[in-house]
Amino acid sequence: MTAAPRIPAPADYQALPDAQGRFGPYGGTYVAETLIAPLEALTAAYTRLRDDPAFQQEFADDLKYYVGRPSPIYHAKRLSAKIGGAQILIKREDLNHTGAHKINNTIGQALVARAMGKTRIIAETGAGQHGVATATVCARFGLRCVVYMGAVDIERQKINVYRMKLLGAEVVPVTSGSRTLKDALNEALRDWVTNVADTFYIIGTVAGPHPYPMMVRDFNAVVGREARAQMLERFGRLPDVLTACVGGGSNALGLFHAFLNDRDVRIVGAEAAGEGIATGHHAASLSAGRPGVLHGNRTYVLCDDNGQITETHSISAGLDYPGVGPEHAFLKDTGRAEYVGITDAEALAAFHLLCETEGILPALESSHAVAEAIKLARGMSRDKLVLCNLSGRGDKDVHTIAQREHIEL
Amino acid sequence: MAARFAVLRDAKRTALIPFVTAGDPLPAASVGLLHALVDAGADLIELGMPFSDPMADGPVIQHADERALRQHVGIAAILGWVREFRQDDRATPIVLMGYLNPLEIYGRARFAAEAAAAGVDGVLVVDCPLEEDATLAPLRAAGLARILLVAPTTSAARLARAAAAAEGYLYYVSFAGITGAAQLSAADVAPHVAALHRIAKVPVAVGFGIKGAAGATAVAAFADAVVIGSALVTALAGAVDAAAACRRARAFLRPIRLALDQR
Repeated sequence: MTAAPRIPAPADYQALPDAQGRFGPYGGTYVAETLIAPLEALTAAYTRLRDDPAFQQEFADDLKYYVGRPSPIYHAKRLSAKIGGAQILIKREDLNHTGAHKINNTIGQALVARAMGKTRIIAETGAGQHGVATATVCARFGLRCVVYMGAVDIERQKINVYRMKLLGAEVVPVTSGSRTLKDALNEALRDWVTNVADTFYIIGTVAGPHPYPMMVRDFNAVVGREARAQMLERFGRLPDVLTACVGGGSNALGLFHAFLNDRDVRIVGAEAAGEGIATGHHAASLSAGRPGVLHGNRTYVLCDDNGQITETHSISAGLDYPGVGPEHAFLKDTGRAEYVGITDAEALAAFHLLCETEGILPALESSHAVAEAIKLARGMSRDKLVLCNLSGRGDKDVHTIAQREHIEL
Repeated sequence: MAARFAVLRDAKRTALIPFVTAGDPLPAASVGLLHALVDAGADLIELGMPFSDPMADGPVIQHADERALRQHVGIAAILGWVREFRQDDRATPIVLMGYLNPLEIYGRARFAAEAAAAGVDGVLVVDCPLEEDATLAPLRAAGLARILLVAPTTSAARLARAAAAAEGYLYYVSFAGITGAAQLSAADVAPHVAALHRIAKVPVAVGFGIKGAAGATAVAAFADAVVIGSALVTALAGAVDAAAACRRARAFLRPIRLALDQR
């Protein structure tokens, strides 16, 4: 499914992006002039904090004592035996505080916000996971929190809306456009440009204008660093394949980044193929989109022949986004990573299989990665290792699944 | 465009620049609306190219974009309207204003060639700042003026770069926010525009927050041009046919023109 590489591989994948925030032709700063000054201030602050040992120590402490890191790698033996191929290993990001990888990034950005003297935090959210993770850190740091959420998503994710309110956040419904994640992002950008003096915008994925794709990746890269060390310690070698689900792509880059220069490790991202790529009802920007510009960066986007961004579909609200982080676009075009589509039905089947064989209830987003891990393992011998990022737990999704399977709760 | 601004300067006339979203309120009204705006005193027209995700615009322009997109307004149709307008009006400069993705998908080189041939004078790509200037090289090469935005938050170093790179006119965004949000404060804006005049080779237009005659005349005291967008788009919304849209456009713009001329 992956097109032939169109960009030469760099000597060091981990040296990117460049000072302009570019990953080859992707990334950059495609924003209105009014956002340039706040982005420059953020870049300056983050560049300083990135090399500040005290900042990094505080971040590491929070990841350890508040989030509960490191998360283990679990050998899914019964699932592997059932598949009859490679061994499936699971990086348990679902065991983090708030139940997903999202908290790694929100803690990091809240620390940056505090260092910059900002007192008000805004965020966009689709499924509500990033909103909950943001509301959580705002409660902990004593920061005001406003979360923009599409009116359609608010209806689909009532529990998470209530969780955010319990944590003290204000949830603002967005009624423009398709009333989903992309519109929430537009609205958050508008708030930011209007209230930039006291407001910090915590973007939830590796997209947006520079420095967000780099900064969000850096904060999530702890996942791959841990996983790489855990693999060497417990298995004495690196995995043969990595897989993770890709919406905006933050959990995937979090896992992939530490392995990018390990060229023998195959990397596969699982996008939401929804009802099937051919039906047009999907959210597979890399598999079925084209290079364009959305939300401040050059990347693969889903749009029509007039360049208008199209509405997406996935059973999983967290993958329901018409763009993707620019670093993924770069990894696709260099051939370093492959991106494949997993349908709603495949993700659901994987969800049930993991529940029943391992007693782990994965998020619908993460179920896409599990489905791809199963497909990969099937074609590999028993001595091979597939490492799958289980980005979040599925408690939030039980209503969606019950409804889809016509079960009354 | 330079010729038009030279004439205005000699006549000591402040340029009046209305903004309308192409195809709104009705695609059938588009060409007539442009002529009506000129009739009512427009010296230059900014024509918005609708986009599904106009992140720098407020709700008024976003809703206008949504209405136009429901009527399938795209670049080819917009360039067709400009061509038709040019058959009767060779003098009034047209600036297309929009976002990058539709241009990317249309093809930047193709867009540049066709827009220049249709009689477009300049292009303002909202989400393409100086940092990404190379992206618009084909537009410059085709002779389309690269209109740049500057804002109250733009640093002195960037102002100098913008002043050097700007073509046509410099568009000063009167406050850090989105289109149509607030009423601008002329007293706050004046010193910024004065500073721009000292370094810019092109005229300075002021926009964002000008709702009518009072705001326009206040800005005219220090700016070369005033841009009025959201208030006009609001006035046009809901017009039932082309004649009604043109009537509303004239009724909105004429008093502003008169106030500017009597200043």
